[in-house]
Amino acid sequence: MHIVVCIKQVPDSTNVKINPKTNTLIREGVASIINPFDMYAIEEGLRIREKIGGKVTVLTMGPPQADAALREAISMGADQGILVSDRAFAGSDTWATSYTLSAALRKIGEFDLVICGKQASDGDTAQVGPGIATHLNLPQITYARKIEAIDAQHIVAERLLENGYEALEAPLPCLITVVKEINEPRLPSLKGKMAAKKAQIPVWKAADLDTGSVKLGLDGSPTKVVRIFTPQPRESGQILRGEPREAVAALVEKIKDIVIGASAT
Amino acid sequence: MSDSAIRVVAEKCVGCGVCVKACPFGAVKLEERLAAIDPAKCTLCGACVEPCRYDAIELRKDTAAAQDLRAYRDVWVLVEQIDGAIQAVTFELLGEGRKLADALGMKLCAVLLGSNVSGKARELIACGADKVYVLDRPELAYFQDEPYTTALVGLVRKHRPNILLSGATVIGRSLVSRVAVSINAGLTADCTGLALDPQTGNLLQTRPAFGGNIMATIVTPNMRPQMATVRHKVMKEAPIEPGRQGEVLLEDIASELLKSRTRRLRFVPEVESTVNLAEADIIVSGGRGLQKPENFALIRELAEVIGAGVGASRAAVDANWMPYSHQVGQTGKTVCPKLYVAVGISGQIQHLAGMSSAEVIVAINKDPEAPILKVATYGIVGDLFAVVPLLTQAFRKLGG
Ligand SMILES: Cc1cc2nc3c(=O)[nH]c(=O)nc-3n(C[C@H](O)[C@H](O)[C@H](O)COP(=O)(O)OP(=O)(O)OC[C@H]3O[C@@H](n4cnc5c(N)ncnc54)[C@H](O)[C@@H]3O)c2cc1C
Ligand SMILES: Nc1ncnc2c1ncn2[C@@H]1O[C@H](COP(=O)(O)O)[C@@H](O)[C@H]1O
Repeated sequence: MHIVVCIKQVPDSTNVKINPKTNTLIREGVASIINPFDMYAIEEGLRIREKIGGKVTVLTMGPPQADAALREAISMGADQGILVSDRAFAGSDTWATSYTLSAALRKIGEFDLVICGKQASDGDTAQVGPGIATHLNLPQITYARKIEAIDAQHIVAERLLENGYEALEAPLPCLITVVKEINEPRLPSLKGKMAAKKAQIPVWKAADLDTGSVKLGLDGSPTKVVRIFTPQPRESGQILRGEPREAVAALVEKIKDIVIGASAT
Repeated sequence: MSDSAIRVVAEKCVGCGVCVKACPFGAVKLEERLAAIDPAKCTLCGACVEPCRYDAIELRKDTAAAQDLRAYRDVWVLVEQIDGAIQAVTFELLGEGRKLADALGMKLCAVLLGSNVSGKARELIACGADKVYVLDRPELAYFQDEPYTTALVGLVRKHRPNILLSGATVIGRSLVSRVAVSINAGLTADCTGLALDPQTGNLLQTRPAFGGNIMATIVTPNMRPQMATVRHKVMKEAPIEPGRQGEVLLEDIASELLKSRTRRLRFVPEVESTVNLAEADIIVSGGRGLQKPENFALIRELAEVIGAGVGASRAAVDANWMPYSHQVGQTGKTVCPKLYVAVGISGQIQHLAGMSSAEVIVAINKDPEAPILKVATYGIVGDLFAVVPLLTQAFRKLGG
């Protein structure tokens, strides 16, 4: 079983700031991490390998420093990493990102399962996973919270829905996206850390991929960002003081209309 | 076709045929020693432009011409239905879609995919739809990624909407992500604001990114339809106008096209709470401050009395006090209720990422320095074990 896990390096959300003059993200000094959901994707790949054997490849598209994310995944136990990196990919939206990743997956050739995180913490779109599946014409199981069964031909996974969950069976190859509930990611092992240090990570440029005549990066992105701004800060709130009884009475006064209004609809 | 985006300059072309080989789509032929481009096959990819040593093929750089944008009309809303029940987010989209359609002088159309759902069309018309496209097929009884994608792609190709809106729900995001790639359309995720550019008429799609730390406005200038998923509870529901007139169009599609490679083995409804968190007007959430799972009863009781959904911080979920489906925040759900009551939650940035767009935030926390109190509209600094029962009691009285 060859499992490919797509991971993205993102800025650590606790530290994101924007430059008020240029309205752009200040990336300097902000630590980069593996997108939190992708940690679950890596872990699930490793668990499947441990159960039925095979190989886990981690794949990322990003700037040269995204190499670090791949090495971190290898330190957790992934067998190999591939970095897809080229100036030509800059400015990719989800269409172009999923197209480029699908071209990389075609180059990888044989694989049985692609695992993505539910969404990335910077863009929060949840579009790249299904996008890759569509470019490669693969079936998909999004929002997977548990893999019930997997063998060489099939996967059965539970998809978390708003009103419950459903168990879906799909033939392999297939793409799944995972939510946090699916597992608890492991920490890197000492052996893994050594492997990560030594690992040779190939860098695939645009010319290494068969991207046909499709435009890449910004030019290949149907969506364009026209403005970035900081949200209006919330109006500073009010602390309701006094004994619990008084504070509660004051609060009830403030919110009772909303409560009554909501129960009316 | 003089206004085509790609053309052969007859004066320059020598009929060498390099472009014929370069075209990946077999769209270029030689006719009487001149290159000729078949517009039906040409995708305007430009692969033939570079190799031509005589600069005889011109591709207009502005891909605006790639599609005749004027051919794309109307504002579409994808109806989300579960077992025939139209979900609230659909009515919110109809409310917003109506405004956009009026401003553009276009029609508002609802797209209803399902089984035995035709009867629902009237409900959609009453909420503002001018037209309802109905695809009523047993294969569409419940959401399945592939048949729903094929069905929607078919309708979009046939009728060419200008704008296509869907809820940013599990179903919406899984479905329209596939549709957008299939038809090469741009898709903007999880929008909280929609407007029109007064100059171009393009849809201005505004959405939070980086956990709500920044907002981005995104356009899809050159491709149609302009597709967006929209967050729950942000837009106002359409008013109901009984007896409103509209058109119902029954669509059809070949059965072979509705095949699904994935198969649903079973569906298990959520038992913990009847309220769907994303659609809840009010949410009461508990965090580590509750100390043990039994104490979540306090949260459930208050929630029941005020008709709220129950949420939880990650700390509470990781401790197994609540199922993951109730986790609010960066690695859980994003919610946007009218009222969010955070009880014993410190308000770390990852939690705020999931709820800071709530209209009114109430925080009950014993620590006056807790970050949640900085975003709260109303805060009570005190012991939740004293405050919450009083609050429940007060509302119980109010309810009579
Ligand atoms: C990658 C990543 C993703 C994350 N995603 C999420 C996410 O999606 N959602 C999420 O919620 N968190 C998320 N977190 C975790 C987040 O950083 C916090 O750790 C978590 O939200 C804390 O939960 P809490 O507020 O319940 O607990 P604590 O931070 O421990 O806060 C408990 C609060 O209860 C108060 N309290 C205690 N006793 C009482 C009492 N008797 N009366 C009143 N108040 C009391 C305390 O003053 C304190 O403020 C994420 C973290 C990371 C690193
Ligand atoms: N640049 C990238 N490289 C590799 N995987 C990615 C990239 N961007 C997104 N993904 C994958 O797609 C998922 C969803 O991302 P998004 O659609 O951006 O929210 C992530 O959790 C990753 O698994």
